[in-house]
Amino acid sequence: MVRRLRGRASVLGPPITVGVVGLLLWEAVVKGFGIREFLLPRPTSIVEELADNWPVLRHAIWETGWIAVSGLLIGIMAGVALAFLTTRFRTLEEGLTPLAVVVNATPIVALAPIFNAWFGITGTLSNQSVVIAVVFFPVFINTSRGLTAVHPDEIELMHSYAASKWTIFREVRVPNALPFFANSLRLVAPLSVIAAIVAEYFGGPQDRIGNVITSNVAFVRYDVAWAAIGVASALGLGLFAIALLVERASMPWRSAMAEGEFTTTPGRE
Amino acid sequence: MSNPVPAEKAVVIDGVAKVFNEGGDSEVAALSGIDLTVEAGEFISLIGPSGCGKSTLLRLVGDLLAPTTGAVTVFGKSAHEARLDQDYGMVFQHSGLFDWRRVLANIELPLELRGWSRDERSARSAEMLGLVRLEDFGGHYPRQLSGGMQQRVSIARALSFQPKLLLMDEPFGALDEMTREHMQLELLRIWRETQTTVVFVTHSVPESAFLSNRVVVLSPRPGRIHSVVDVDLGDRSDDTRQDPAFFEKATEIREALRAVEGGG
Repeated sequence: MVRRLRGRASVLGPPITVGVVGLLLWEAVVKGFGIREFLLPRPTSIVEELADNWPVLRHAIWETGWIAVSGLLIGIMAGVALAFLTTRFRTLEEGLTPLAVVVNATPIVALAPIFNAWFGITGTLSNQSVVIAVVFFPVFINTSRGLTAVHPDEIELMHSYAASKWTIFREVRVPNALPFFANSLRLVAPLSVIAAIVAEYFGGPQDRIGNVITSNVAFVRYDVAWAAIGVASALGLGLFAIALLVERASMPWRSAMAEGEFTTTPGRE
Repeated sequence: MSNPVPAEKAVVIDGVAKVFNEGGDSEVAALSGIDLTVEAGEFISLIGPSGCGKSTLLRLVGDLLAPTTGAVTVFGKSAHEARLDQDYGMVFQHSGLFDWRRVLANIELPLELRGWSRDERSARSAEMLGLVRLEDFGGHYPRQLSGGMQQRVSIARALSFQPKLLLMDEPFGALDEMTREHMQLELLRIWRETQTTVVFVTHSVPESAFLSNRVVVLSPRPGRIHSVVDVDLGDRSDDTRQDPAFFEKATEIREALRAVEGGG
């Protein structure tokens, strides 16, 4: 336990040190060189604005957080569901995967104004759609790869047990896909916040993080905008942390290996 | 020195040929005119240069591939029926253990698929872990074990449901020499204790001579049986490796392989 704590400290120590030193430098440079507040506010004035505007910002986190998280969950479920279907039905895979690649190459946030036109700008559906579209493809592509990239020996072994396709899917393909899925999760969790905020830049209710940023910039209140950016990055970081926790909890064999309970000679690549 | 079980045919391979991509541009005749009988309790090795179809032959016995012509019979049934009845266990060069299952759960996988109860499963997997002498590692994940230990788990898994036939495809090919020799002795001990029949694919001459009752030498393109070398060295131990009779057999097998590779 002590060793584990010491391990945590040695992992967290350097980034915290760098962060604190960075903030101090930022504060000193802005003060020392007399940089004007509208170009780059000091961290302390950002924190002040954060406190003063907390009711507005808290509400904005709630609104944007809901759009990001709900879009994230729907996008993940859709991506996983389609990956399952395409693995099960080859013809579906052959038809859909090229299409998915093409759509994935399209900058999806560019569709935000069009979604606004389709779904209206007063509700959440338009912005959620952008998040869903951004989240869906990495999850779909990674999960499909994990479901199909199974060592042929493992399939032959299951055949030698006269296992059905469904058993092979459940016992081999799904667990094999978990690390691939987890990778995509780490990618899309913070991406969902980015997608939500960029979508909000294209209009909509004024109580969401993206709109709080744009309207405060319009009124030359850069320190408030920076405070909003700060809460947005905290939201992204929080979702990323949750993705990491989910990854750890769903794959105990990986953490067991990382902690090196026993010396390992890899039996296969 | 066959195991003392009633004379029964474990495997009968009758006029088997295998052609891949038949009729296509990349048609390959992998095996041709194979006739071979494996007695119950026998330890038989298949050896030959790469491309001689020895792994293909093993997969035909396991019904993981279907022969183009001819028939394979396993304990009196078609190979297909034998597979559906799970009459054989299989061990590959790469242990094929599932990373996400602990060692015990890996060994129990075939038992789970046969619908054994939890108690039956844990009793058997504990017994199997003892057989391969890994009692202390049941709770580990496979990647926490060395290559040799992983391969022992793989053998325990293949034997967990006590199949009468064990099919092994270069199981020690990825191990270092010391571990390999140790595993050979372990395998012979397990073979004697369980009285299974073993069909063993290898490309190592000493390994085939050390382990087998009979060594089948295959020639390549298409794979045919060149010769069958009877090996009678009695009970093997590490001393067997220095036995002149062992060297003699190894030389005989090596010469057969040379003839094969020289265009025979």
